[in-house]
Amino acid sequence: MTSGELYWKKNLRLMIGCLIVWFIVSFGFGILLVGPLNSIFLGGYPLGFWFAQQGSMYVFVILIFFYANTMTKYDREFDVEEE
Amino acid sequence: MTLQATTYIVVGLTFAIYIAIAVMARAKSTSDFYVAGKGVHPVLNGMATAADWMSAASFISMAGLIAFMGYDACAYLMGWTGGYVLLAMMLAPYLRKFGKFTVPEFIGDRYYSHGARLVAVLCLITCSITYVIGQMKGIGVAFSRFLEVDFATGLFCGMGIVFVYAVLGGMKGITYTQIAQYCVLIFAYTVPAIFIGFQLTGNPIPQLALGSTLTDGSSMHLLAKLNKICVDLGFAEYTAQKWSTWNIFLLTFSLMVGTAGLPHVIIRFFTVPKVRDARFSTGWALVFISILYTTAPAVGAMARTNLMNTIQIGPVGSPTGNLAYVDRPSWFTNWEKTGLLKWEDKNHDGRIQYYNDKNAAFAKKAEGFGWKGNEMVKVDRDIMVLANPEIANLPFWVIALVAAGGIAAALSTAAGLLLAISSAVSHDVLKSVFMKHIDEKQELLASRIAMAVAICVAGWLGLNPPGFAAQVVALAFGLAASSIFPVLMMGIFSKKVNRAGAIAGMLTGIGSTLLYIFLYKGWFFIKGTAPLIDNHAHWFLGINPQSFGAVGALLNFVVAFAVSSMTEPPPEHIQALVEDIRVPKGAGTAVSH
Repeated sequence: MTSGELYWKKNLRLMIGCLIVWFIVSFGFGILLVGPLNSIFLGGYPLGFWFAQQGSMYVFVILIFFYANTMTKYDREFDVEEE
Repeated sequence: MTLQATTYIVVGLTFAIYIAIAVMARAKSTSDFYVAGKGVHPVLNGMATAADWMSAASFISMAGLIAFMGYDACAYLMGWTGGYVLLAMMLAPYLRKFGKFTVPEFIGDRYYSHGARLVAVLCLITCSITYVIGQMKGIGVAFSRFLEVDFATGLFCGMGIVFVYAVLGGMKGITYTQIAQYCVLIFAYTVPAIFIGFQLTGNPIPQLALGSTLTDGSSMHLLAKLNKICVDLGFAEYTAQKWSTWNIFLLTFSLMVGTAGLPHVIIRFFTVPKVRDARFSTGWALVFISILYTTAPAVGAMARTNLMNTIQIGPVGSPTGNLAYVDRPSWFTNWEKTGLLKWEDKNHDGRIQYYNDKNAAFAKKAEGFGWKGNEMVKVDRDIMVLANPEIANLPFWVIALVAAGGIAAALSTAAGLLLAISSAVSHDVLKSVFMKHIDEKQELLASRIAMAVAICVAGWLGLNPPGFAAQVVALAFGLAASSIFPVLMMGIFSKKVNRAGAIAGMLTGIGSTLLYIFLYKGWFFIKGTAPLIDNHAHWFLGINPQSFGAVGALLNFVVAFAVSSMTEPPPEHIQALVEDIRVPKGAGTAVSH
């Protein structure tokens, strides 16, 4: 495998990992599992409701920055940074 | 000073700022006009994207939508934010690396076809025009409500302002005004929310206030109390799910994919200097958007609590439990004048009863109290944001600020959409097909003329909205999801998808989505022409027409791969192009025009 192929493969793996988390917090916790999670409380928030109207958005933000940071590292590692 | 005068001063001041920015940020080249010279700082671009994205509807209507939908509104909240994750990881950095000016230009180059480029222009214009009609309406409404001028005057004022900075500055002018507009709108949105949250729960942070205990002595949590108030009056529990899980799932998915495919959002990421800036800038955009989107659920829930508590002052069913009409607060009177609130004394007791008379069991119980139906015959959802500062007794300048914020939200989105339309016309149609030999100066002039024409067309459509104006947002997202997103994603992540596959995929995506929407909403939205009945029992596999975008996108993918596998693979140089956009290196040199 060339270095370019490895870079792309690592990028894809990172992206898929992030998208799995993206799916779990929004579609998983916020929609599919909202019923059972609502029996747990986070302060005054039923947990499922919190994920649906607050938490998933916080996680989305964290995911993008995590992805951007890791990719910056990969860019440097594989020497494909912009000059 | 009167409220009217304060509002004129605050709104006038913001306009002066926008015009001043326009004069300073004039476009000197086509690169300035289309992509702000690719010199926008990623954080600032994030702010501009947030203003571009959040429309009058986000600002004025969303909290009210949440207030009356409760939990189910999460489809909009997650759908309109989750798309940015897709954008950051699947589109923005690669399209920035490609380094050209418009979305159709990428499609034309990657699929080595003028045909594909023109189909993309068609998709872009259809979805941006439908979207811009709503914004034009939003501008008119914002002006007429806040400044008490008539709808047309308001619309002309708004068009005039956009005209100055969009025609002069193109993307550059629009970007810097959007940054100013973001500051105005987010300040205007959060200040009343902070006050109201503090009044209700003692917690000044709206996101935390929504999960806090009330300070009314009941020591109940805000959401628990709201659930109780709702159930006591026959409404469904606020935090309970009302729609089917399938439809919430599908709508969320369609909105996410649609968000990532909206051209006016994508082109914002062409304006940053580097590929890595495009990644971070998407993150910043979502930070700035989330500030409003996580505040909105708090505003919605608190406003609903306030509204219901204002009317139901005592125990349900007791003779003095309901507010006497003569005692209604001044904001109630103010908004009655605008027609957004309407009361009808059905049982002639001079008191206001607000309850769910469609709930048969509760309606029966209410009869026992001598209630003869819900007397709040109209509670417009926009009231939840518009009346908030008055309900919380905030000073005039805050109310005036909300006016300026609503107008800023409408103007910024309209300008972004108009730029996407005019650059597609001048760059993808005129320059690439009809007037190939014009030089840069002539193209800049052409793009200014295209912008001016686009503003006039949008204004005309705003004044004479086609009958389908209410449906258009669903349509815009459906089209972006089913046509633009898949073709861009495949262009980056697959080297096999070719010209024939892309064109067939786009046409299938658009065609199936339009067909499904028309089948339930009427051909071209003309009333009475719908062959199928638009309700849950009659939807194909229970799919709501507004959620069909995700299915259209899936069809697009399937058809594109199938057709590509049966036809010749893309030529060598296209495969090299795909290799090239996958790595950031060399982005500076990729710009060639």
